[in-house]
Amino acid sequence: MVDGIQVTGVNAWFGSVHVLKGIDLAMAPKAVTAIIGPSGCGKSTFIRCLNRMHEVVPEARVSGTVLVEGEDVYAAGVDPVQVRRRIGMVFQRPNPFPTMSVFDNVAAGLRLAGMRRRADLQEAVERALRQAALWDEVKDGLDKSGTSLSGGQQQRLCIARALAVDPAVLLMDEPCSALDPIATARIEELILELRGALTIVIVTHNMQQAARVSEATAFFLMGELVEFGVTRELFTNPRDKRTEDYITGRFG
Amino acid sequence: MASTAIRTGGTAGRLSLPPLVEARAARSNLGDRIFRTVLRLAAGAVLLLVLALAGEMARTAWPAMQKFGARFLVTSTWDPVAEQFGALPFVYGTLLSSLLAMLIAVPLGIGAAVFLAELAPQWIRPPIAFLVELVAAVPSVVYGLWGIFVLAPLMRTWIQPFLGSTLGFLPLFQGPPYGVGMLTAGIILAIMVVPFITAVSREVLLAVPNSQREAALALGATRWETTRLAVLRYGRSGLIGAGLLGLGRALGETMAVTMVIGNRPEVAISLFAPGYTMASVIANEFTEATSDLYLSALIEVGLLLFLVTVAVNGLARLLVWSVGGAVKVVRE
Amino acid sequence: MTARTRRVVNRVMGGLTALAAGLVILPLLLIFGFLLFQGASAVNVDFFTHLPKPVGEDGGGMANAIIGSLILVGLAACLGLPIGILGGVYLAESRDRRMPWLVRFLADVLNGVPSIVIGIFAYALVVLPMRRFSALAGAVALAVIMLPIVVRTSEELVRLVPSSLREAALALGIPEWKVILRVVLPTARAGIITGVMVAVARVAGETAPLLFTAFGNRFWHQGLDQPIAALPLQIFAYAIAPYDDWHRQAWAGALVLIGMVFIVSLAARVATRGRFSGVR
Repeated sequence: MVDGIQVTGVNAWFGSVHVLKGIDLAMAPKAVTAIIGPSGCGKSTFIRCLNRMHEVVPEARVSGTVLVEGEDVYAAGVDPVQVRRRIGMVFQRPNPFPTMSVFDNVAAGLRLAGMRRRADLQEAVERALRQAALWDEVKDGLDKSGTSLSGGQQQRLCIARALAVDPAVLLMDEPCSALDPIATARIEELILELRGALTIVIVTHNMQQAARVSEATAFFLMGELVEFGVTRELFTNPRDKRTEDYITGRFG
Repeated sequence: MASTAIRTGGTAGRLSLPPLVEARAARSNLGDRIFRTVLRLAAGAVLLLVLALAGEMARTAWPAMQKFGARFLVTSTWDPVAEQFGALPFVYGTLLSSLLAMLIAVPLGIGAAVFLAELAPQWIRPPIAFLVELVAAVPSVVYGLWGIFVLAPLMRTWIQPFLGSTLGFLPLFQGPPYGVGMLTAGIILAIMVVPFITAVSREVLLAVPNSQREAALALGATRWETTRLAVLRYGRSGLIGAGLLGLGRALGETMAVTMVIGNRPEVAISLFAPGYTMASVIANEFTEATSDLYLSALIEVGLLLFLVTVAVNGLARLLVWSVGGAVKVVRE
Repeated sequence: MTARTRRVVNRVMGGLTALAAGLVILPLLLIFGFLLFQGASAVNVDFFTHLPKPVGEDGGGMANAIIGSLILVGLAACLGLPIGILGGVYLAESRDRRMPWLVRFLADVLNGVPSIVIGIFAYALVVLPMRRFSALAGAVALAVIMLPIVVRTSEELVRLVPSSLREAALALGIPEWKVILRVVLPTARAGIITGVMVAVARVAGETAPLLFTAFGNRFWHQGLDQPIAALPLQIFAYAIAPYDDWHRQAWAGALVLIGMVFIVSLAARVATRGRFSGVR
């Protein structure tokens, strides 16, 4: 597979604590891969290693290879800023920029990339907001503050902001955990709509959510990748006993 | 029954519990009450102190306030012999020297804070932050000393002649280079106030939630762009507050300014000219005040200074608090 | 903007802000260096043990000023610390509704008042009724300056004591006032002491409020109701005088003063290391 994401031998540390141990994983392009596991298993650390966000924390280290569309993001000489430009991320708590309007929030990444002309920006912002299923709700209030929206809307705003720069991959770190069930459902709908358009990796502690939106699922436990497979298979017929124990609720 | 047996059972190895309501409780209640009263008294002392401060000053300044009224603020004559007192030169001097100091100290201070909080490599942050604290700890009189013997000669020999020859067409830079004067005072004020602005700004920047930085970084922003986009904008009002706090400091600064400003009660346009500030005139002339009215006039200047600094500091704290809750601001 | 331009801008801004930080610190090195260079020679045993010589004569020292400063700061601490610490405890522990807010606000107001204005206050409060300058007046001025610092740091440190500790003690049936006195305060003690050290270092360098309270004295201290010498006052007086020998002693005095202030600040810093990690 030249496309998609290929992870080989990735280890990660916080100081001397070894949080990810030798992860090998191949995620299919333009599909949704879910990462599940109990608290502290390293799933958030894992996706932060994909767009080189992990190393931002002081005393954090990564080793290994991560191929995105065939290129190793950890190769010597690679600028992490460029990596993050090509990979978008949505966080657990919505974090729109409060001093900027809805429009400016979505346009932020575009402006950073050098887009200047008003017409271009307007077109791109509208496209992103439509992709995030938010356009109809905000089209008459684009100049309102980013934080004037509801929690679910703010999260879709953050998704639009990430989508605006047309990334190849979208990483989502428990995007619904701070949202109510209705907002959660809308975001899951959105993920299903985006499936096929870009590669999505979603971390979730909600197994039903993983079953609903993803095509493949990886189960992490204590920093190790225990099992990876087609979602339906993993949930109905897990190969590893630990996976089975987690799914049936014996721990976590 | 088992329960009664336990309750009325033998005393072997058991603590005898005192009855729930009684002497013990009353005693601790009394202890609590006394303690709380003592605490309230201490807090009340603080309250009383501030009120007494304002009150005493108003009382002792009253004779001068009565005699000169509002003219006090706009007259330039400061003549102890004739007992004519106008505070304009001091107000002018205080405002001008502080303004000069702010022009230099605010950009430098916020820049240094950005370096310390956002852009510097981790290993260099603690030592630099510590050094900034040390700069803030240097007493005013030591700055003044350095000002007299190092800065003023430097100004007189190099900087003022240079400015005079290049920018001398502006009335700001005309006149003989005394070395001491408004510009020197402004510079030394800037040096003294900048570590304070740095420290407060740094606290403001550190109070900006990390999720904001992550949002920008994940979009592919460089460190500087992240700072510009997510941190500086978010902390904007706090940074203005930090600047205002620095202004409050500069307005009240006494010793270093007194030693390098030239102490001449005149309003002059040139920055090379000697001047006088409200704090300096009090420092210089308080013990020389020969008459009650003289003293009263000086205290009125002090009252003015008090009101201005309270107003500036009050506004500043409001702004600093608006970013991420109560940011610690203590006189360093 | 191309990616390369953005990288360049990133570096340039990093450099500019580093320059700003360097400029902020530079005066420290300049001043300290100047004092070491000029003043070190005049710091000798005489300096620490002799009184100032009469005007025009060379030699002598600042012994009385050093002792005077110690007396003033010590007395100020006696006056200011009890009220300050108790006030801080009040702010942290009180369940009153309006008063804590008011006290905190006024403490902040007091914090921002220029020290010379506080000197005027001490003058009106102590010098006028006593009809003379005195060590007591100077100490009162310094105590008032110390007060808001001590109050705020005490409050902060008492708040930092984890509530689980309090709750454990309360659950044992210990009355609240004993919990505060015997459990909370001892836990916060180290931090409060360092806060006090910082406040002391701060007031030791104050000159302005002493100008018309303690006033200064060329002799040993003669009683708390008499004018008293203080190191910063002496430095100021010598600096503006026309005698070279006095200038040299002023530099020496400044070196000693700044040395004391730095040592205390350093000690306070070392003691609180790891307690507050303000470094990201």
